[in-house]
Amino acid sequence: MKELIVARGLRKSFGSFEAVRGIDLIVPAGQVLGFLGPNGAGKSTTMRMLTGFLEPTEGTVTLNGIQLADDPIAAKRTFGYLPEGAPAYGDMRVEEFLNFVARSRGYTGAEARARVDRSIERLHLEPYRRQLVETLSKGYKRRTGLAQAILHDPPILVLDEPTDGLDPNQKHEVRELIRRLGDDRAVVLSTHILEEVEAVCTRAVIISEGRVVFDGTPKALDAKAAANVTSNRLDHVFRMLTTSDIGGASRTKAASQ
Amino acid sequence: MNSTARIATIFRREFAAYFTSPLAGIFLVIYLFMSAVLTFQMGGLYERGQADLRPFFQVQPWLDLFLVPALSMRLWAEDRRTGTIELLLTLPFSVRDLVLGKFLAAWAFACVALALTAPLWITVAWLGSPDHGTILVGYIASALMAGAFLAIGAFLSAFTKNQVIAFVLSGVACFLLMVIGFPMLLDFVSGWLPRTAVEAIAAMSVMTHFESMMRGVLDGRDVLYFVSVTAAFLFLNGIVVEWKKAE
Ligand SMILES: Nc1ncnc2c1ncn2[C@@H]1O[C@H](COP(=O)(O)OP(=O)(O)O)[C@@H](O)[C@H]1O
Ligand SMILES: [Mg+2]
Repeated sequence: MKELIVARGLRKSFGSFEAVRGIDLIVPAGQVLGFLGPNGAGKSTTMRMLTGFLEPTEGTVTLNGIQLADDPIAAKRTFGYLPEGAPAYGDMRVEEFLNFVARSRGYTGAEARARVDRSIERLHLEPYRRQLVETLSKGYKRRTGLAQAILHDPPILVLDEPTDGLDPNQKHEVRELIRRLGDDRAVVLSTHILEEVEAVCTRAVIISEGRVVFDGTPKALDAKAAANVTSNRLDHVFRMLTTSDIGGASRTKAASQ
Repeated sequence: MNSTARIATIFRREFAAYFTSPLAGIFLVIYLFMSAVLTFQMGGLYERGQADLRPFFQVQPWLDLFLVPALSMRLWAEDRRTGTIELLLTLPFSVRDLVLGKFLAAWAFACVALALTAPLWITVAWLGSPDHGTILVGYIASALMAGAFLAIGAFLSAFTKNQVIAFVLSGVACFLLMVIGFPMLLDFVSGWLPRTAVEAIAAMSVMTHFESMMRGVLDGRDVLYFVSVTAAFLFLNGIVVEWKKAE
């Protein structure tokens, strides 16, 4: 399968603090990668580097064969991005906002309208299309952000906490959508809900303090839990990998080797 | 999509944003009201028995001190506060597209405000026979000055997430650029600064160039001054956006 996202040796420092400390990520089409980690692990910072919002202190990002640093505008056409918190223009109606994004992506006239309509339909936003974005509930605002991200049918999707703030029904719908989209695309989504990884992802990458501490299938992640752990097995593994109280010593050793 | 189309997309969005909140409208009404009042009352349009728009143009720098910051304050501060800056910078736009699109939208609004004062021009034309060339140059000077002030305001708006802070900073900066050309201040510093330094300070002030244009002569050096100030601050604006975007 074609490698759509190729990130090598990503590092990012904010002053003297290094938030991301050497991350490699290669994501082929057809993969839904769940990006996990405790708060402050560096998930959003990494995604911001993948999408060109932040320049890496070190490392390179290549999207669908285009190096981000060489041709940022062409590279930015290859992906849809849902930033953390799903920012959108509050003073616009949902359809106006999506129309702005459609124009930003170079669509005009009937094609722009068709794109907006299709996005609204896919995220079930029809009843809200004339509503001001600032009056939407958190869940619908997030859906509007998703509608914006998939509007141009990009080969790459980068979604920072796409199901945050959604109710269980909405979560289910959005996961279904992501899974369908992931059939022929490269999707990177961050989350701290482990069941989400099992539900939609074909690969799980866990980071802690800016480094990768696990990279494998959700099944392999589950297998890391001791046989005697019967409930919340993934939570158990997650804690084991990302905190120092359970099994932290071995992780530190492994990481420093 | 070429750069012009991208700038046009940002322009449309930003220009429309002025009409979604009552704020810009309120400032527009105040600006028009003050223009008319100051021109007729303070400027003594009737008493001087002279039909021209000199008093109107004389108050423009002062009216700009509050109209311009009101237009420029939201340009970047609002996108930084709501996080939409992350959206803009990850859509296929360059920083240059965003800087120009936003600036042009604010400038277009300021030019609309200026154009809405046309009844004053019609009034003086009706009262007497003013020199229309002088008035036209006055309007061009006012538009150029507003542009320079807006570029400064946009630049300062990129430093903060707070529109009120952006408003105050822009007002102060534009005021400083005005006062350094006041004869009072220049006389004061001429006591202990060499002549060339005093002239250099005067040459940096908007007032020097604005007043020069108000005489009705379209001098290339004055135009160049306004265009350079605008271009310089728009360039710096882009640098500050890159620098402050993630904070
Ligand atoms: N612009 C910034 N300036 C300084 N520190 C930052 C900035 N952005 C993120 N950080 C820090 O980098 C670390 C990683 O943050 P982030 O990538 O947002 O984590 P996550 O998304 O995994 O919760 C945190 O400690 C955060 O405080
Ligand atoms: Mg985050």
